Amino acid sequence: MLSEIERRELEDVVKHYPDKRGAAIDALLSIQRRRGWISDDTLLEIAQFLEITAEDLDSVATFYNLVFRKPVGRHVAFMCDSISCWIKGCEQVQAQIKTLYDVDLGQTTSDGRLTVLPIACLGQCERAPALMIDQDVYGDVTPEKIEQIVEKYK
Amino acid sequence: MERPLTQHIHPDGTTRTLREYVKTGGYSSLQRLSSGLAPKDLQRLVTDAGLRGRGGGGFLTGTKWSFVPMGPDAHKPKYIVANGDEMEPGTFKDRVLMEGDPHGLVEGMILAGYAIDAEVGYIFLRGEYHLSAQRLTEAIAEAYAAGYLGKPLPGTGFRFDLHLHASAGRYICGEETALINALEGKRAVPRAKPPFPQTVGLWGKPTVVQNVETLYNVPHIVNQGSDWYHRLSRTQDGGTKIYGISGRVVNPGWWELPLGTTAREVLERYAGGMADGVRFRGLLPGGISTAFMTEEHLDLPLDFSSIPPEVGRLGTATMIVLDDHTCPVGFVLNLEKFFARESCGWCTPCREGLPWVARILMSFEEGRATSEDLSLLKMHAKWLAPGHTFCGLAPGAMAPLQSALKYFHDDFERHISTGGCPWSKKSSQQRVLV
Repeated sequence: MLSEIERRELEDVVKHYPDKRGAAIDALLSIQRRRGWISDDTLLEIAQFLEITAEDLDSVATFYNLVFRKPVGRHVAFMCDSISCWIKGCEQVQAQIKTLYDVDLGQTTSDGRLTVLPIACLGQCERAPALMIDQDVYGDVTPEKIEQIVEKYK
Repeated sequence: MERPLTQHIHPDGTTRTLREYVKTGGYSSLQRLSSGLAPKDLQRLVTDAGLRGRGGGGFLTGTKWSFVPMGPDAHKPKYIVANGDEMEPGTFKDRVLMEGDPHGLVEGMILAGYAIDAEVGYIFLRGEYHLSAQRLTEAIAEAYAAGYLGKPLPGTGFRFDLHLHASAGRYICGEETALINALEGKRAVPRAKPPFPQTVGLWGKPTVVQNVETLYNVPHIVNQGSDWYHRLSRTQDGGTKIYGISGRVVNPGWWELPLGTTAREVLERYAGGMADGVRFRGLLPGGISTAFMTEEHLDLPLDFSSIPPEVGRLGTATMIVLDDHTCPVGFVLNLEKFFARESCGWCTPCREGLPWVARILMSFEEGRATSEDLSLLKMHAKWLAPGHTFCGLAPGAMAPLQSALKYFHDDFERHISTGGCPWSKKSSQQRVLV
């Protein structure tokens, strides 16, 4: 069941669109902010609110890389691997993350602290390589600096 | 040199409030509407100014608007959508504008809405631009409180509502018809054209989708006129352009410069030339869906009309530099992996062809490629070119590949003859997601 607060949040975003399903992405992201990810049950609850089928909503949810249909860690590191960051050594940064935290792209650390995902160009190309942890963007990252950055996220 | 779009942006990265914006002439263009500038006049003014779409397409903005049905019989509501789904690798110009001066986008949206008589606007923003989202949300709230939004503009009867839509990833959402599906809450695959969005768009209503930087130009054209706008430029296309550069250069960054500035000027004068110890080999002039340019093209004016089609196109004007310490094959492999990952899967050539291209390029890097693979790459460059796929994603992906095969052919050959990547010490590109 959607909580009262969740429902109110969804009712607010629905107002921006002439029909309810227009709010599909807003709704998925809004609930995900509270629950961490979109489980099958959550998907069904949102679909019922939007008055579409769960299958229909899943075709939207699974399309987007920022909608999580699997559980993620307490924090998510999005590693930009597009061209400007690649030229400037994003692979070395990522290798250092693997060495330090024993986690590959698409995986979560065993203590549930950090999920590491690849991401399309973050638009920080003038300070490549860049990464984003949760909503915080870091530029000019090096393998030497990465531990200090990640340590802020417990 | 005039820099109308960026002159007031704070160098320290903080944003500009409504008060500051108004103090420097912000929202004064709306008075022109109140004093009788009709929608058709505004369309003509922007056409005369020669404003072209800054998202990469370069289509004349005024002409795009002129396709929208006007008058009492037109379907309502009509929509204006700002495309802020800036996800073209190497491109960061719209972020600079939205973070630095969010009210410029709100004002541009009101004007564009007025020009096509659209009463509702959406800013479609990529989900990762959290700072832009925060600042635009504040700016929209300020504009509502000040009566620029949500209330009839004095003397016009025109009332405009504006919403921010934060997306959830996926490069294809930048394609205008995929963007429209995304806004409707559907899977973001492109739509067949025709009908074009100007007649049948968002929820079946007339819709114009416009790049963010394009919209920032409109208030200045209204305030200062089309002649002034033409004088900003060095070529027949009007205005300035935000040029950017990334890669191994001394000073990567962005600069608002006259349209028609050359790549050599951006590279040498503004970016300070190549970084220590590396030499220039080529560049992609505007994101990764554009063809390589090499030394011989550096003095071409970078605009929408001066680059010969056989050389390429401007794209977003945020260039990415290839240096001699970077493997051109590895460079292109990175691009093709991106395109393969971001293909929406709707049409077969793109869904199947792009991963195939990426796997072939991987075989070059791993020393398994033969001359037959070189032919296979050329075949893909031909069959994924414009006209063979549902939208522009795969043809965009072929632009750097095809030009790399032309300019860096010897490097491809060397991967075959030496059985691997001559730059290989660290070029162990991951196998994942290919």
